[in-house]
Amino acid sequence: MSSLIDLINVSKSFDGTLVLDDLNLSVKENTFVTLLGPSGCGKTTTLRIIGGFERADAGKVIFDGQDISNLPPNKRQLNTVFQKYALFTHMNIAENIAFGLKIKNKPKSYIQDKIKYALKLVNLDGYENRGVDSLSGGQQQRIAIARAIVNEPRVLLLDEPLGALDLKLRQDMQYELIRLKNELGITFIYVTHDQEEALTMSDTIVVMNQGYIQQMGTPEQIYNEPENAFVADFIGESNILHGTMIRDELVEIFGAKFPCVDKGFGTNSPVDVVIRPEDIDLVSPEEGSLKGVCTHLIFKGVHYEMEVTTPDGFEWLVHSTDMCPVGKEVGIHVDPFDIQIMNKPASEDEEAVGVNE
Amino acid sequence: MKKTKDSFKKMVENFYLTLIMVFLYAPIATLMVLSFSNSKSRTQWGGFTLRWYGEMFESATIMNALQNTLVIAFASALLATVIGTAAAIAINSMEPFPKTVIMGITNIPMLNADIVTGISLMLAFIAFGISLGFKTILIAHITFNIPYVILSVMPKLKQTNKSVYEAAMDLGASPVYAFFKVVFPDILPGVLSGFLLAFTMSLDDFIITHFTKGAGINTLSTLIYSEVRRGIKPSMYALSTIIFVTVLVLLIITNFAPHKKQESR
Amino acid sequence: MSKKLLSGPYLVWMIGFTVIPLILIVYYGLTDRAGAFTLANVVSIATAEHAKALWLSLGLSFVSTLICLLLAYPLAMILRKRGVGKGSFVVFIFILPMWMNFLLRTLAWQTLLERNGVINGILTALRLPTQSLINTPGAIVLGMVYNFLPFMVLPIYNVLCKIDDNTINAAHDLGANFWQTLLLIWFPLSVPGIISGVTMVFVPALTTFVISNLLGGSKILLIGNVIEQEFTRGSNWHLGSGLSLVLMIFILASMALIAKYDKNGEGSAF
Repeated sequence: MSSLIDLINVSKSFDGTLVLDDLNLSVKENTFVTLLGPSGCGKTTTLRIIGGFERADAGKVIFDGQDISNLPPNKRQLNTVFQKYALFTHMNIAENIAFGLKIKNKPKSYIQDKIKYALKLVNLDGYENRGVDSLSGGQQQRIAIARAIVNEPRVLLLDEPLGALDLKLRQDMQYELIRLKNELGITFIYVTHDQEEALTMSDTIVVMNQGYIQQMGTPEQIYNEPENAFVADFIGESNILHGTMIRDELVEIFGAKFPCVDKGFGTNSPVDVVIRPEDIDLVSPEEGSLKGVCTHLIFKGVHYEMEVTTPDGFEWLVHSTDMCPVGKEVGIHVDPFDIQIMNKPASEDEEAVGVNE
Repeated sequence: MKKTKDSFKKMVENFYLTLIMVFLYAPIATLMVLSFSNSKSRTQWGGFTLRWYGEMFESATIMNALQNTLVIAFASALLATVIGTAAAIAINSMEPFPKTVIMGITNIPMLNADIVTGISLMLAFIAFGISLGFKTILIAHITFNIPYVILSVMPKLKQTNKSVYEAAMDLGASPVYAFFKVVFPDILPGVLSGFLLAFTMSLDDFIITHFTKGAGINTLSTLIYSEVRRGIKPSMYALSTIIFVTVLVLLIITNFAPHKKQESR
Repeated sequence: MSKKLLSGPYLVWMIGFTVIPLILIVYYGLTDRAGAFTLANVVSIATAEHAKALWLSLGLSFVSTLICLLLAYPLAMILRKRGVGKGSFVVFIFILPMWMNFLLRTLAWQTLLERNGVINGILTALRLPTQSLINTPGAIVLGMVYNFLPFMVLPIYNVLCKIDDNTINAAHDLGANFWQTLLLIWFPLSVPGIISGVTMVFVPALTTFVISNLLGGSKILLIGNVIEQEFTRGSNWHLGSGLSLVLMIFILASMALIAKYDKNGEGSAF
């Protein structure tokens, strides 16, 4: 499958602040791609550059082999669902959906059919003559999607579309969006700061920070094999530790040696180690690679959340269905394949995320 | 190519802004320049002088009018603020119907033509047997100022959280104490901006004053009007310049000072 | 209960100085000097002299309002784009003249336009023939536009600022070019501001007597001048009130007319 959209060496700054730095991104046809990152990471700017609402200071936007860098939004074959829906409040639902088709001078009967089809698709049949203000947030969001897809775009851009909705509705809409994507068979580029949303919906996740792409991959890759401390910290909860790679498949943490599966980091070189809290097994002090004392315990429903403090002062976050009372001495054991080794960050920006906190 | 189109667009916009700016400010600037010119001719610069300012300050008529203007503006704004704020609080807690009626009548002086407001007030003063003079100007100004105060205070009242007032009473405060300690600080910005708006409106008014002032008393506006019809004297330019600068300073303070205060919070 | 008492002073004031005065105008307008009911004062608008003044007023204020709208709309759009936040200095500069004393602004133009005023002085210096600028309908329109332009800019600017950038982006995104967006999105969404601006310009322009007096000379009479003279030159209050009633009818009619074109009923910008 060849790529549908390519961003090549794209840079953008606002008022002298660099927001995107030499960004390269390639999006394949008929995939659900999520740009994920904290606010100010450049994800929305990337989306707006693809949509044509911002122009890159440098670099190119290629769409289906054509350079569209200088094409205004109204000439691009993609449509956007905006953060707060941006519906036209002076028009009713049907007029909102018909807007793009009327601009393109489509025949009336065609427009009528399309409105019907789109409303059915988003489960709002019969809402043609309602006013925008009479709809709930979730309904407005569906109309915003309907308004975009009647134009049969090859790519749908979604800018934090669920951000204004409450939790339950947000989860429902996630499944709705997956269903829509599969029914329409087009490419979705989705922007969010919510890692759970990203993991649930995406084929590909692009984790961004400080204007750089930190990692790009499937949800499983991003979660299980974070490439750096930032990704590990941003996606889910994790213990990020300083370690020393003794040799291939052996890492030393706080003086204890842990067998692992990673290779190629050299010998005796400093590395970052990521261990997910659910991957830590609490065993008897003698059996563990490290000894510690349980200092904190909360029942979370699905599991217990515990903190185990080792003699060096590090507080390990542990999720387990087995309970360990506060004050009890325990051993820490981690299976080799649950240990993820990462290179130390090269730039100070990445360092700023903080390791061993 | 797109970039050049953008910068062309920006150039056109700047040109347009400049054009309107010149249109708006050139006449005022001309007055200011002429106020310093030591020549009665409007087209020849006669050298720098403060003579017209001296003449202005020595003129009893001008100083009298200035005093009247300031006293009326201050007094009418103050009284309008007190009456208007009290009214706004009462209106805010009214049932929808009387509320709509009162707000409708409140809007009349703002929507009606000044000339009609002026004439109607003049007819009323004569009907009530109040002789036209300082008093009637003051009453007229209060009348057109109250709506501005009400319309500044109302939005702030709507924003205030009712539970705060109730919480204060729950903690043992009397209604009056609760109002002044809890509600009033919240609406104070609206009260202040209402006062300043009323003050400025009063300073600026000519038409209503014209009909309600009677003979023998002038505000700056009415003085300028009668002087101008007799032919412009350079001391009028000096007066204009001073008024312009005063209003400018006043507006900069009201526009930018509270803004900063909010930011520092 | 005690809260309602607070409205007491205002209610008294409102009835005494807003309601009764208006009733008095109606009373004076519909009676003759002897106090008998008559429509003569109102009907006198049809006399050649008064009708001419009214038509001229309507014509000049219509032209001024149109010019103000055409100048203000693009200005408001540019200001919206430039003025980030309400405390913007650029916006302040264009709204500032609104607060300048009305007479001073008119006085300034008199200084510029007079027979031996600044503009003619410059023309003479350039060895060009002097123009008769003052005491023409054109001078009155200029004065009206100059005085009332900020009243048009401010409400339009305010309503444009309320339009979300993404609403505009959405229109572009759906294929609309600049002009289509202007026609289908900007205009319909700014109708309340336009109506408010048109009212704020049209009403004072229609009823002015100061601008026509200072820039139009004694030969050009607007309806405002006619009414003002009936009162200040001590002639006939009944006639003046009658004409005021006519004027009020025209104001109300024009407001109703404008409101009719505001289909969505969003014209409640007052």
